[in-house]
Amino acid sequence: MAEVLVYVDHVDGAVRKPTLELLTLARRIGEPVAVALGNGAADTAATLAEHGAVKVLTHDASEYADYLVVPKVDALQAAYEAVSPAAVLVPSSAEGKEIAARLALRIGSGIITDAVDLEAGDEGPVATQSVFAASFTTKSRVIKGTPVITVKPNSAAVEAAPAAGSVEALAVTFSDKATGTKVTARTPRESTGRPELTEAAIVVSGGRGVNGAENFSIIEALADSLGAAVGASRAAVDAGWYPHTNQVGQTGKSVSPQLYIANGISGAIQHRAGMQTSKTIVAVNKDAEAPIFELVDYGVVGDLFDVVPQLTEEIKTRKG
Amino acid sequence: MSLRIVVTVKYVPDATGDRHFADDLTVDRDDVDGLLSELDEYAVEQALQIAEDADDAEVTVLTIGPEDAKDALRKALSMGADKAIHVEDDDLHGTDAIGTSLVLAKAIEKAGFDLVVSGMASTDGTMGVVPALVAERLGVPQVTLLSEVSVEDGTVKGRRDGDAASEQLEASLPALVSVTDQSGEARYPSFKGIMAAKKKPVESWDLSDLDIEAEEVGLEGAFTKVEAANERPARTAGTIVKDEGEGGKQLAEFLASQKFI
Ligand SMILES: Cc1cc2nc3c(=O)[nH]c(=O)nc-3n(C[C@H](O)[C@H](O)[C@H](O)COP(=O)(O)OP(=O)(O)OC[C@H]3O[C@@H](n4cnc5c(N)ncnc54)[C@H](O)[C@@H]3O)c2cc1C
Ligand SMILES: Cc1cc2nc3c(=O)[nH]c(=O)nc-3n(C[C@H](O)[C@H](O)[C@H](O)COP(=O)(O)OP(=O)(O)OC[C@H]3O[C@@H](n4cnc5c(N)ncnc54)[C@H](O)[C@@H]3O)c2cc1C
Repeated sequence: MAEVLVYVDHVDGAVRKPTLELLTLARRIGEPVAVALGNGAADTAATLAEHGAVKVLTHDASEYADYLVVPKVDALQAAYEAVSPAAVLVPSSAEGKEIAARLALRIGSGIITDAVDLEAGDEGPVATQSVFAASFTTKSRVIKGTPVITVKPNSAAVEAAPAAGSVEALAVTFSDKATGTKVTARTPRESTGRPELTEAAIVVSGGRGVNGAENFSIIEALADSLGAAVGASRAAVDAGWYPHTNQVGQTGKSVSPQLYIANGISGAIQHRAGMQTSKTIVAVNKDAEAPIFELVDYGVVGDLFDVVPQLTEEIKTRKG
Repeated sequence: MSLRIVVTVKYVPDATGDRHFADDLTVDRDDVDGLLSELDEYAVEQALQIAEDADDAEVTVLTIGPEDAKDALRKALSMGADKAIHVEDDDLHGTDAIGTSLVLAKAIEKAGFDLVVSGMASTDGTMGVVPALVAERLGVPQVTLLSEVSVEDGTVKGRRDGDAASEQLEASLPALVSVTDQSGEARYPSFKGIMAAKKKPVESWDLSDLDIEAEEVGLEGAFTKVEAANERPARTAGTIVKDEGEGGKQLAEFLASQKFI
């Protein structure tokens, strides 16, 4: 069976969920061979094996942390040359897309970004994309070279499928361009203890209607009652009420949870672009005419300062 | 020594319009008004600021697109860019990301550059890969997705806010940067700027000017193929209730019925 390269997104050896989803999708088109780079690369092997990796290629070097993107492209290219895969799958993070694009160019292939589904086709893998702020669904294929495809988080349910996952050291020679962009300082993000926005099953968001940084505690309380991640509209972020890393939308994160709750958000096209594929959409807005109500499964026309705390209380009561 | 800055700007269908696909599954550009991709306004803004901080600098805006794409160039010129290059050729219709990066890289080389400034993503394809591809082709450092950028003594510095960390980056010129919408509001063209833009030079290049063969680009040269495009079915109308004191409880009831609680 053909091998499929899967680029592993991990933090010091802890594999992030989108990679496990990729392994699930990769099994539809071949046998997953995972590529894990940087600090803790070898520690990813057990998790990757459990989810179907037949082989795990690992390499660690200081270049991955000290320079931007290109060292990782060099390594993925080395893996590509070692394996000759039928496809290369990379998680659709900002960095993942850049790595995938440069690899595609180097190996003479096309690239498809932000796939939301993937299936085997007679002429190679067929990717589903959700485009124009999720108002259209397209099916596309790479028709030259080895398909390089990046896949959005929450595009598949993670399935365990134990495989050998034998660890092999990858030999990497860095190109002379690898050290072009230096990382001179790095400030890690502080963890909030809440689920990662793009991976969360439930997202609770606040917009301009939240009216102040201090009021976001109402949104956080609702999120915590549901074990949800917190999102924000750009208006709330631009006002300085919530960090940009929590922005949902075209220039923020795109989320596709089981449940999305929009509070005090009008539903501008750029916001919709980031949440329209959520399974169930709920909104609280005091304006009955707000465009967000065109999307909802359930909407409450009302003041969020009344509705949200009452909802939070009710959830806590029901959960006991 | 003069700092030569090239800004790549894309002409896109208005995102608030009714965007559609044409019969050949490329974007239908006749149906919706086009404009300068809003995210490229941030690129123009940062390029202008870098130029203002330099002793001597020249900002050239570059687009690949149909005849109407000149509108995007005019907008950038009226913001303050010095000159413009329009790459236009019938054979470019349907060019994908790999092909776009080829044409951009050749045009940037022909124009001459010390710094390329791009947007974080277009507002139509929204791939966010063209800057990385162009950097790979030009063989210069990519300093991308910056929320803050400055150039001094032949070095570009910037801040990249990623998922896991915020990073400070540094590279020597020549280099390519892309900037996010967090990099600072873009200026509005002044009346004077709009009048001045009318007199600024816009060069037109076609594929032969760039030594690119027709089969390297367009639908024919594409590395990817769209096989189907379907409008997403409208969501079925949901339940909407007016809060009369019990709105939160009613919503909780709905969430419970859907097994979220
Ligand atoms: C290139 C570009 C990219 C963009 N990217 C993004 C993006 O990634 N994400 C994003 O969100 N936006 C983005 N935007 C901005 C977008 O166009 C909107 O301006 C933004 O989404 C509006 O945020 P909002 O809904 O919070 O604010 P508003 O549109 O001001 O809506 C506030 C809503 O809150 C309601 N409200 C007020 N008070 C209350 C209350 N007490 N109780 C209940 N409801 C109340 C109001 O009725 C209103 O509907 C982008 C714009 C551009 C041009
Ligand atoms: C809905 C949709 C989905 C698509 N999916 C794919 C796909 O999966 N694979 C694929 O290969 N192609 C795809 N395309 C085609 C692709 O969008 C175009 O080839 C496009 O020119 C490059 O990608 P982008 O617009 O996404 O640019 P991005 O990579 O998002 O653009 C980033 C920056 O590059 C610069 N730039 C991009 N295009 C131009 C231009 N024409 N002129 C000047 N500067 C420019 C701008 O500075 C811009 O801010 C898709 C197009 C659409 C409309």
